[in-house]
Amino acid sequence: MIELEYTDVAELRGPLAVVRGVAGVGWDEFAVIRLPGGGTRHGLVLEVDRDLALVQVLEGTAGLAPGRIGVTFSGAPFRVPVGPGWLGRVCDGLGDPLDGGPPVFGTATAPAGGLPLNPAWRLPPADPIITGVSVIDALTTLVRGQKIAIFAAPGLPHLDLAAQIAAQAHAAGEPFGVVFAAMGLTHADASGVRDALEARTAAGELVLLLNLAGDPVIERVLTPRIALTVAEHLAFGLGRHVLVVLADMTGYCEALREVSAARSEVPARRAYPGYLYSDLASIYERCGRVRGRPGSVTLLPVLTMPGGDITHPVPDLTGYITEGQIVLSSEISVYPPVDPLASLSRLMRGGVGAGRTRPEHADLAAQLIAALARAARARELAEFVGADALGPADRRHLDLADAFARDLVAQRRDESRSLEETFTRAWRVLSVLPRADLAMLGAAALDAHHRPAAPEPGPQEPDGIGTGHREPR
Amino acid sequence: MAAVTRVNGPLVEVDRLGGAAMYDLVRIGGLPGEIVALRGERATVQMYEYTGGLRPGLEVEATGAPLSAPLGPHLLGGVFDGLLRPLDRAPAWLDPRSRPGAGPGAWRFTPLVAAGRPVAPGTPVGSVAAAGRVPYLVLAPGGVVGDVRPEGEYPATATVATVGGTAVTMTRRWPVRRALPCRERLAEPVPLVTGQRVLDLLLPVRRGGAAAVPGGFGTGKTVLLQQIARWCDADVVVYVGCGERGNELADVLAGLAGITDPRTGGRLADRTVVVANTSNMPMMAREASVYTGMTVAEHFRDMGYDVVLIADSTSRWAEARREFAARAGEPPAEEGHPADLASAIAAFYERAGRVTTLGGRTGSVTVLGAVSPPGGDLTEPVTAHTERFVRTLWTLDRDLAYARHYPAVSVEASFSRDGGALSAWHDREGRPGWAAAGARVAALLAEAGRLAGTAELVGASALPDRERVVLLGGRLLREGLLRQSALSPADAYCSPGRTLALAGTVLAAIDDCLALAATGVPAEDIESRDFTAVLRAKETG
Repeated sequence: MIELEYTDVAELRGPLAVVRGVAGVGWDEFAVIRLPGGGTRHGLVLEVDRDLALVQVLEGTAGLAPGRIGVTFSGAPFRVPVGPGWLGRVCDGLGDPLDGGPPVFGTATAPAGGLPLNPAWRLPPADPIITGVSVIDALTTLVRGQKIAIFAAPGLPHLDLAAQIAAQAHAAGEPFGVVFAAMGLTHADASGVRDALEARTAAGELVLLLNLAGDPVIERVLTPRIALTVAEHLAFGLGRHVLVVLADMTGYCEALREVSAARSEVPARRAYPGYLYSDLASIYERCGRVRGRPGSVTLLPVLTMPGGDITHPVPDLTGYITEGQIVLSSEISVYPPVDPLASLSRLMRGGVGAGRTRPEHADLAAQLIAALARAARARELAEFVGADALGPADRRHLDLADAFARDLVAQRRDESRSLEETFTRAWRVLSVLPRADLAMLGAAALDAHHRPAAPEPGPQEPDGIGTGHREPR
Repeated sequence: MAAVTRVNGPLVEVDRLGGAAMYDLVRIGGLPGEIVALRGERATVQMYEYTGGLRPGLEVEATGAPLSAPLGPHLLGGVFDGLLRPLDRAPAWLDPRSRPGAGPGAWRFTPLVAAGRPVAPGTPVGSVAAAGRVPYLVLAPGGVVGDVRPEGEYPATATVATVGGTAVTMTRRWPVRRALPCRERLAEPVPLVTGQRVLDLLLPVRRGGAAAVPGGFGTGKTVLLQQIARWCDADVVVYVGCGERGNELADVLAGLAGITDPRTGGRLADRTVVVANTSNMPMMAREASVYTGMTVAEHFRDMGYDVVLIADSTSRWAEARREFAARAGEPPAEEGHPADLASAIAAFYERAGRVTTLGGRTGSVTVLGAVSPPGGDLTEPVTAHTERFVRTLWTLDRDLAYARHYPAVSVEASFSRDGGALSAWHDREGRPGWAAAGARVAALLAEAGRLAGTAELVGASALPDRERVVLLGGRLLREGLLRQSALSPADAYCSPGRTLALAGTVLAAIDDCLALAATGVPAEDIESRDFTAVLRAKETG
């Protein structure tokens, strides 16, 4: 094929270039822009109208001059090399190496946009991903093939948590991998993420794509798609369970809004384009399990809620697409500040239970949530009537909430807890309550694990029998 | 020669297209699209596939016919995309350029009429053994039966009868945007039993009615609709997954496959037609999918069946229309939606109905539409307009969902305009006391709701004993009656008889407490009684 180079650039505006006199250029084609000094930039065709092609320039249009650049069109959408060669690499937002290594070639290429997965071939997500973070493993378990978002107001440690999950997560001995795509992170945040993930990168289990706050904004439109294309191949081609972390999706949506504004499109809520839902879905839906293939793609988008507003279009539309959310709250003083009542893993039932985590897991999570909800009500009530006016049951539940924050939630940023330890701690928290308050748990589980620290009302049992571990007073 | 002049995502403009009509189907580069605007010989086309690589100059092939649904016995038990192309026989990743159509297949045909007889339009000339226990009926146009084939296996497209000179096959096509005709609409209210206590007792929907389910994310819309798809007493369920999650559809399919229909003993999947256009599939096919689903529902209605059409979510359909309107440069009205939003919603729900079919049978299409209000804002245009056109509204509440109270239906924020008539139907049809029980439950809940507001201000202990017992009663009703677990085998479905019995059990316990309070027993003592038996009654078959 002869590559035609077009030099008649009619207009440059924001991230857009209008190329005149084109023939045979199709929608969504990948373009290469040649600069006079020998450099190149890249673009995607957003619209073709007779002999005009509208191209969004991924690296921005700064310094481009009409008449001194040439544009060639590849005749196909943007393709990404895929293969195990990505593992262990650190690259920029377009997949070019930042680690001093050679370019990633891959064993094949795949279109970055992906093809829609036929819903009739999907398998419902099942089996857990263990993150080593107690509050998540216990209450909002990640399920292989699920998409679940981390929501946080500005200033909360959501990146730390995402990096900790990326560093620690595993699939109980089955082949595992992580693709971490950063979009619009500051240098400080990015270096924190790099440090946290260094060991896993060195072990050849992780791919890191970094688009920083100072990097070209429009490049972010491709970063998550490259990450997912690489992940899909690792999962469905090579049989790994792959966790994809996309941080921060608010940065991605801003890039989308910038392009939309430059095109003078009709704006929808908060000036985001009307197609934001479809566009986010084209990213978030690229996870799951597929019949007859061993691997899975699990997606963890991380996003800052501007102004802490969960009804802002980005968290709102994300929440409508993802299967649950992990919400961080500034009202929780321990790390990780996960709000257990606002957080939910919708597919958790399929990922926990006998043979997966622990037989009592679903009941235990439901019981803890119910008890914490009661504690929250008691706390509200105490604000009106004073803590002294609370009944004994309400006071017990406030104690439980304290034990929950102290014994289960609070965790070091580099601490990975086994499932065993998480459950030991969860039962220690529940043992603050007497058995009568734990109606959601079965008798067998209570017999095996419930160890109240204080003797229950009724006939006293001799010390040391049936009362289990006691805290020294 | 008609050719493409402009491509902008799913919007394609075409020039020199003579003689084409609005909503005609065209093919561009092998991909299907629909004409949505015509100016002289220039047309705007919405494409039903990803348009990557489409370019100006490509030839456009006009089919001269509107988008129509292939209707046939293959539908039952199948999974299809928004254009009703089978997904269960398509590859794992959907390439727009290699999509198989509905294979004809061969089916066992049994004649039901003899040659020489005159029949009215819509009369079944034969039945087909489709998947499951619901017989698929082949309906004829009116006229004298000229010829009918003997029982046997025939290709779906073969002529099985000739009626009034017209060849009749087991399949037919119908333009999706036009309602299938019926003889008359029936006004008599008959309830659709959903198997969900809070709905059947307090907020019932009639056969042929329309209900909307608004709720923010995480409130359990899809779980509730899945429960209804599994357990409602319809003959055929059409489940349209419109712009929603792929994993959810996988769950719907897995759920249906594993469950036996309590009414027929067959597989639930075999009474179900799934139209799946998940949010990562092409956007404009999402717009078409609610209409193809509706056409399928009407097709089975005409065989004399009660059909439930579940559209999850109508908001995604409205958003697809908005997105396209924006690309086409239409002036935006409310929140960017095109100006015909209200009339499009009205026209969609208006296709619901319980009717006498052309052939004289009784059939119905009940429409249940999920609404996903952005930001949980129930005043946004899609929710606001939908509320105007439905007779039943099931509003889901985020606080209930956070407290894991499912189904998270807020009784106060919901309505059923057929409640009285449908309660009277239960009273007449062998469940005396239904209307009284429903009214009592509703009144107690309303009173408890009012008192809860007061209690938040002054503390529950400041209330008089009787009022405290009413608060307790509200709690018992919510926990023991209205809350229903989709995961518990004993509780996922509740027959009307059991619903009434349970309501009786809980109401009797409340009456006992009220009687105690009246005799001067302190509320504290009443509250500390053991209600485990009342609360667990729903779990014990």
